[in-house]
Amino acid sequence: MLLAGGQGSRLYALTNTIAKPAVPFGAKYRIIDFTLSNCVNSGIDTVGVLTQYQPLILNEYIGNGQPWDLDRNFGGVHVLSPYQKKAKSAWYEGTANAIYQNLNFIKMYNPEYILILSGDHIYKMDYAKMLKAHVDNGADCTIAAINVPIKEASRFGILNTDKNGLIYEFEEKPKQPKSTLASMGVYMFTAEKLYKYLEEDENDPDSSKDFGKNILPNMLRSGEKMYAYLFEGYWKDVGTINSLWEANMDLLGNNPAFDVADPTWKIHSRNPLAPPEYLGEKAVIQNSMVALGCEIYGHVENSVLSINAIVEEGAVVKDSVIMSGTIIKKGAVIEYSIIDESVIVEENAKVGINKANAKGITVLGRGVTIGKGAIVADGAVIDKNIEGVED
Amino acid sequence: MSAVGVIFSNIHDRNVPELSRLRTMGSIPYGGRYRLIDFALSNLVNSGVTTVGIITKNNYQSLLDHLGSGKDWDLARKSGGLVLLPPFGVDNNEGLYKTRLEALKGITGFLNRRTEDYVILCDCDGVYRMDLSKVIDFHEDKKADITFICHTEEIENASEYTTVTTDETGRITEIQIKSNLRGEHRYFSNIMIIGRQFLLKLIQDAIARNQSSFREDIVMKNLDTYRVYAYDFNGYFATIDSLRSYFKHNMELLSKPIRDELFGMRDIYTKVRDSAPTVYGEHCEVRNSLVSDGCEVEGIVENSILFRGVKIGKGTIVRNSILMQDTIIGENADLNCVISDKNVIIGSRRILCGCDLQPYFLSKGTII
Repeated sequence: MLLAGGQGSRLYALTNTIAKPAVPFGAKYRIIDFTLSNCVNSGIDTVGVLTQYQPLILNEYIGNGQPWDLDRNFGGVHVLSPYQKKAKSAWYEGTANAIYQNLNFIKMYNPEYILILSGDHIYKMDYAKMLKAHVDNGADCTIAAINVPIKEASRFGILNTDKNGLIYEFEEKPKQPKSTLASMGVYMFTAEKLYKYLEEDENDPDSSKDFGKNILPNMLRSGEKMYAYLFEGYWKDVGTINSLWEANMDLLGNNPAFDVADPTWKIHSRNPLAPPEYLGEKAVIQNSMVALGCEIYGHVENSVLSINAIVEEGAVVKDSVIMSGTIIKKGAVIEYSIIDESVIVEENAKVGINKANAKGITVLGRGVTIGKGAIVADGAVIDKNIEGVED
Repeated sequence: MSAVGVIFSNIHDRNVPELSRLRTMGSIPYGGRYRLIDFALSNLVNSGVTTVGIITKNNYQSLLDHLGSGKDWDLARKSGGLVLLPPFGVDNNEGLYKTRLEALKGITGFLNRRTEDYVILCDCDGVYRMDLSKVIDFHEDKKADITFICHTEEIENASEYTTVTTDETGRITEIQIKSNLRGEHRYFSNIMIIGRQFLLKLIQDAIARNQSSFREDIVMKNLDTYRVYAYDFNGYFATIDSLRSYFKHNMELLSKPIRDELFGMRDIYTKVRDSAPTVYGEHCEVRNSLVSDGCEVEGIVENSILFRGVKIGKGTIVRNSILMQDTIIGENADLNCVISDKNVIIGSRRILCGCDLQPYFLSKGTII
């Protein structure tokens, strides 16, 4: 069950009209591709995707699930939106409530185990191994966890375990973390236990109906066997502008921190219908990732360019993420920025400044136009057109 | 109007033996991520055709792999869609046709079961983007029995061309089959429109008379009886009839106007595959080149076309070359005017050079 309903408000302009899991990532992907690919590559063939906030693009993207081989006669991928019920109709109120409202969907398939996932993480993980650990431990709930630097531990939900991985304490964003084992928001439940605790939580009027805040602590208090499953590898929550930018940059280089070209763990996605990218006579391209359909005539450095992006002659793109269909016109300079889909940056406009001196990442939202010669300050978040400067 | 498409996937195999030794004409890789059949199929689909029969003969494994269910062309349909028509043998006929007419005899069952008014017959040797519904309008306007789509172009190849002469109304008065043509000619592009019932009748007559060639026995001998018209297509049309023309026309895709005409609308469909986006290294230089997905470029690439999954090592220079899927080149190699088929491996410090009239060809799986 893939939770994809969050607004992703910390991505600001990037999620004005699109759910966070549908935000483009890594030139040709969307964030949800990684979790869906993990499911398929782990042998999970029935996936419910819970949507609520701005689901149109996400729904269209998932479609019948064919790109992930999830168009199945039995199972497959299903988009689950809140729906009207006889007694009480409601939006999803929290992560636990979202699953609770779809218990009928889950029970149609009569699973033994249920995996709860977030649609906003970039990682490659074999859930089958996690399931095996869950079964071997005879666990009621297994939580995937990753070691984080002690300095950052207070940003996460921290799991305190014994040497066998049995959890004895949760700490949500502790000021003085006792361990560096952070929850990844990936939970494996034995089905009967999940049903039981979801029912109880639903009947608790004081609950905020959240896995991290309610379900998991309740289970621990009741003495259920809960294990941490240590995940070693790349994992990134791309819920903020900075982490989204960093995760994109992690794809670059000779030995990228995160390798999307790994033949043993394919990242499946809806593939673009576009000709090969074209690099012009005067194009300069260094340390970058470029998707099909792009046309590059200018200078591109340390950047990730999505499908059908155009960089005209004399334009410069540095340390930036450019999403699909965006046009950077002659003489425009883009530095240390994330530019959403279908943006037009007119001639000689300047967006952001040199990464070393910038206050922050500049963000241009979907479909905006930056006028001729306009200057967009470093760290600005723009979701409206900006007029050009008369010369 | 309604039309069914029929594509001959094998018919010009002998023109480009280097590339079609192990595959059909239709499955020859083209333009970085396409196969030649993509152009015929996409044009049919974009013109509103929803049923396409593909006539195959031999070595069509790569074609089947490429086509799959036809989903990528929106041809995975409950009614119609993509229909594969492998060789069909009756009695002493072994099933392997030798001529276009014999191939058509083998698909009369398919044509009989259809309900469309017209049949669009096309080969896989053309690279073009054409609205065929306009040709059908022309066909109806002229009350034609057969419409040949023709193209006028400078010809410099040695293979066989069908040239046409028409009267002032566009009706074809003379057809000639010529080899070794030079200069500008108006020639038949191997795409034609014909009434379905009329085609079935022609096939039946031909069987009765034991005729074997559609063009010679049926069309050329009956220009007075049948109304055969020429529709002139004025857009970009590349005929692939030799390795030289394959090289030349591929290189034409580096020109923006031609690329825009073919691909500007993003409606030439092809099989999609989960390749990662292309990664350009710290010291690479890439100029005037088309690069498909899944490539890793560390060296210098100029005036070239790289298919999916090509890897070019540090210090390697690739100029005026076409490198097909999964070609891997080591470091400090130097290539000029090379065509490498799929899965070629070229070691470090190799120097390979052809010329534009005779590109140096490396067949599938070659290791140097």
